[in-house]
Amino acid sequence: MSRAADDLKDFQRFTPKKLPVEEPLAPGHRACQGCGEVLALRQVMKALGNNVIVVSATGCMEIISSAYPQSAWRVPWLHVAFENAAAVASGVEAAYKAMIRKGRIEDKNTTFLAIAGDGGTADIGIQALSGALERGHNFVYVCLDNEAYMNTGIQRSSSTPYGAGTTTSPPGKKSIGQQTWKKNMPAIAAAHDIPYVATGSPAYYVDLMNKAKKASLVKGPAYLHVFSPCPTGWRCAVEDAVQTGRLVVQTKIFPLYEVIDGKYRLSRKVKKPKPVTEYFKLQRRFRHLTEEDVAFIQERVDREYDRLLELCGIAPEE
Amino acid sequence: MAKRVGIEVSIAVSEAVKLANVDVVAAYPITPQTHIVEHLAELVADGHLDAEFIPVESEHSAMSTCCGSSAAGARTYTATSSQGQALMLEICYIAPALRLPIVMTVANRSLSGPISIWNDHSDMMMSRDTGWIQTVAENGQEAFDLTLHAFRVAEDSRVLLPVIINLDGFTLTHVIEPIEILDQKEVDRYLPPYQPQMRLDPEDPVSIGPVGMPEVYTEAKKAQDEAIKGSKEVILEAWQEFGDLFGRYYKPVETYRTDGAETLLVTMGSLSETAMTAVDHMRAKGKDVGLVRIRLFRPFPFEEFLAAVEGAKQIAVMDRALCLNGAGGPLAIEVKAALYDEPERPYIWNYVAGLAGRDVTIENFVEMADGVEAAAADGLRGDYTMINVRE
Repeated sequence: MSRAADDLKDFQRFTPKKLPVEEPLAPGHRACQGCGEVLALRQVMKALGNNVIVVSATGCMEIISSAYPQSAWRVPWLHVAFENAAAVASGVEAAYKAMIRKGRIEDKNTTFLAIAGDGGTADIGIQALSGALERGHNFVYVCLDNEAYMNTGIQRSSSTPYGAGTTTSPPGKKSIGQQTWKKNMPAIAAAHDIPYVATGSPAYYVDLMNKAKKASLVKGPAYLHVFSPCPTGWRCAVEDAVQTGRLVVQTKIFPLYEVIDGKYRLSRKVKKPKPVTEYFKLQRRFRHLTEEDVAFIQERVDREYDRLLELCGIAPEE
Repeated sequence: MAKRVGIEVSIAVSEAVKLANVDVVAAYPITPQTHIVEHLAELVADGHLDAEFIPVESEHSAMSTCCGSSAAGARTYTATSSQGQALMLEICYIAPALRLPIVMTVANRSLSGPISIWNDHSDMMMSRDTGWIQTVAENGQEAFDLTLHAFRVAEDSRVLLPVIINLDGFTLTHVIEPIEILDQKEVDRYLPPYQPQMRLDPEDPVSIGPVGMPEVYTEAKKAQDEAIKGSKEVILEAWQEFGDLFGRYYKPVETYRTDGAETLLVTMGSLSETAMTAVDHMRAKGKDVGLVRIRLFRPFPFEEFLAAVEGAKQIAVMDRALCLNGAGGPLAIEVKAALYDEPERPYIWNYVAGLAGRDVTIENFVEMADGVEAAAADGLRGDYTMINVRE
């Protein structure tokens, strides 16, 4: 496998003035008002362009884009099931490799993209994903993380943040809501020693698009973990979706970083971090949290951010 | 020129897959399928087969990977068995609905529990309603021939459905038999390169696997039902052409010494050969017994089956799986359903035998023929018996 750093040597960054005009995902889909996930997906697709084959897991993005006889996809798109997007994409990639080698089709440097939600990635799909990353297929995997099973009605996943209320982690006299800390999927992906791992948020769309493009340029597996605000599931105002995606970064809850050839690199240093409450207060899924709960969360968020800085070789600020 | 060689049946199956020049093999090891995929891995490693061999991390991913590969337009193969097929079953239902012509060998093995690696047909019965075309091999030569037939049928633009070749685990997969291996030129004459009707291609984008709202789901299933029913014509045509080219003719239902037989045995798979010997023994003693062997399990060959049993007074159906619904084995239930609308129906007794590698002997088949005759003569209500059970 070539080094990602070499593959990215001549990478031309997108800038706000130089954004692609392509819309491989057409606007006529059925996503909820204010959906941050479809916004993130649109940005990823714009960055990747039309020479792409998309494999979708079952989930919000699948149902909103594909109700037969309509399809919002202007690029080839395949949906098989929930937990297997990485395995299906493995097959598409391998088929292309074999057919190109055998001279049956031309090599046009097509990107193979697998998309899935947090449930399809961190829970039910983690085995297929781990297998595909380990085998080294040349594909991009994008986890669109809206932090619960939104398509089935807001049930908790292992990616739901601590303390959040969902329909299967309801807060009550005996429970804070979600009782476990969010699974660190990017770290799990990075542990496979793949060339490229990154986190992104649609609120930082140029950063996200650059990362999507870089993910497609590296040879081998690339994993992109994209924060995907869900006003419906998070009980926030539809107009606050983008703001939520911004605040989650500014509060250090969801830092933006890359792991290139195993090296961590912070994409955006949070200079004057906001308290986590700034992020929580826009969303009713957190409204039951006490001051004590918030203090506990703040302490762990700070600690984890410092740990990330350490991985990036940056001294934590006191 | 075809060459007759002594070869392990699993290896012969891999050689057929090689001769089919597959593009992608995605498989996970499970006893007793392993020799097939091991040999394919060797063929790829040694450069005898130009294909991507993907050693996936589970059977669920094996079938998922096959779906991706087939949708991309590649000739795609996998093999599995028992628990492995159970794990991939979710995707086994989806592959035919997406009209993906994947070919799969199932080395038939009992399902857990108790866990057992030995041969019966419980995995075949588990997948009977998945929508795959399914054939059942009786011997090594059939396993080889049916593999080539499977690619030919699956990829025919009038069919576009996945095909399973069932192969009894160990009793067939692990035995060495004299098998005529066709050469590449012969295979190429029979099996043209795969020309996908539709594939994932950025130059001509299609959406595959969309949501089927209630307004379209029924129509999608109707189309799938028509497709598998319509596949029979192509299955027969492909067998006819195989016979014309290579001299071995196959039929969906085979009969053995059924002329004038009042009692018929009905079997599937490699035990049919034991049953044939049993029929010879009984015929030698003057008993009018014949054998009906089902080679095409899906779509079920109703017409051919009814023709094969016509005139028989009683039938003993052997099942190598249990339904656990209180009615015995699945094959007998199917046979009874096939006969229900006939004005003249033979008497039926069902024998469940050979579970998880339990031997079924010539004497057992004699026992079945005698048993169904006695039960019919006594006017017992048709039922089932598990034979060779230690009590």
